[in-house]
Amino acid sequence: MVAAVLPVGAQEKRSGYDDAGPQVRAMQDDDLANPAFLWVQQGAALWARREGAAGKSCADCHGAVEMMRGVAARYPAHDPARGRVVNLEQRVNQCRTERQGAALLPPEGDAMLGITALVGLQSRGLPVAVDVSGPASVHAARGEDFFRLRQGQLNLSCAQCHDQLAGQALAGSRIPQGHATGYPIYRLEWQGMGSLFRRLRACLVGVRAEPLGRDDALLGDLELYLAARAAGLAVETPGVRP
Amino acid sequence: MVRPLLNVPREVRAGVAFDVRILIQHPMETGLRRDAMGLVVPQDVINRFECAVDGQEVFSATLHPAISANPYLAFSAKLVRSGTMVLRWVDDHGVEASESVAITVV
Repeated sequence: MVAAVLPVGAQEKRSGYDDAGPQVRAMQDDDLANPAFLWVQQGAALWARREGAAGKSCADCHGAVEMMRGVAARYPAHDPARGRVVNLEQRVNQCRTERQGAALLPPEGDAMLGITALVGLQSRGLPVAVDVSGPASVHAARGEDFFRLRQGQLNLSCAQCHDQLAGQALAGSRIPQGHATGYPIYRLEWQGMGSLFRRLRACLVGVRAEPLGRDDALLGDLELYLAARAAGLAVETPGVRP
Repeated sequence: MVRPLLNVPREVRAGVAFDVRILIQHPMETGLRRDAMGLVVPQDVINRFECAVDGQEVFSATLHPAISANPYLAFSAKLVRSGTMVLRWVDDHGVEASESVAITVV
């Protein structure tokens, strides 16, 4: 079952934006005050730059970046050729190695964050709509199992906080429902930009569980389940979070 | 250095205040943190920011640690005649950067 079961009392899905303070929301609302746009700008430069052995830029195949509207709303997606779920970062690096003959972009580097923020921005405002039919359903179900698995020294599952206790306070902040609609995000605590992987890692380390590896197939499954769970919420990339 | 996000109107009315907003990518390292090896990370903040139109200062600021990374500065200015606005800043490592915009008074 992929359909998200929301807790009693939560009438509607709430993005992390809705649970953030007014100052944080104001930063996200204004593209000139949202520091993530510094990365978007770098992504735009990279989009047009010819790289690698093939001497091709992203634009040479894909055209203007506006053509990518809707793409981020469909990701992560099941890749039948690989038999696994591929997120946007992994797809970008596939393009680089297979089509551009270029070096992999380092994860959490400015270039990767910039290009994923740029592509994500093109889908801003569109509803999250990942495909969880056919072979993808198995992966989403596996992601949901992980979401509901109690783990770590604190013996907590994602669901316990983000389904059952969402909206309540954890220390000084409100627990969000955990809809990953704004990634990559500019996070004030990080004083910088980060991917969903970085956020999930911080959560897993927080409950003192073993974090997932970046290339772990289960990470894709979890990201797919999260996107299915957030279906219908608007893409906010690049979001700002406290 | 990555270019800042700068928002300045290209056309303004004489004597009417307008907003200048700039977001600069900078780590604003406080000098109070230690790295994984326990060594102090040297302070590196933008310590001076100046904005002038045709050589005449309209705004300046001395910045200190405890300002977040990627600082955002916003201020107002008034012009009576057209000119070139130059925004200039320098950090503790001596790295200087600037942006200039031609503004027309209409």
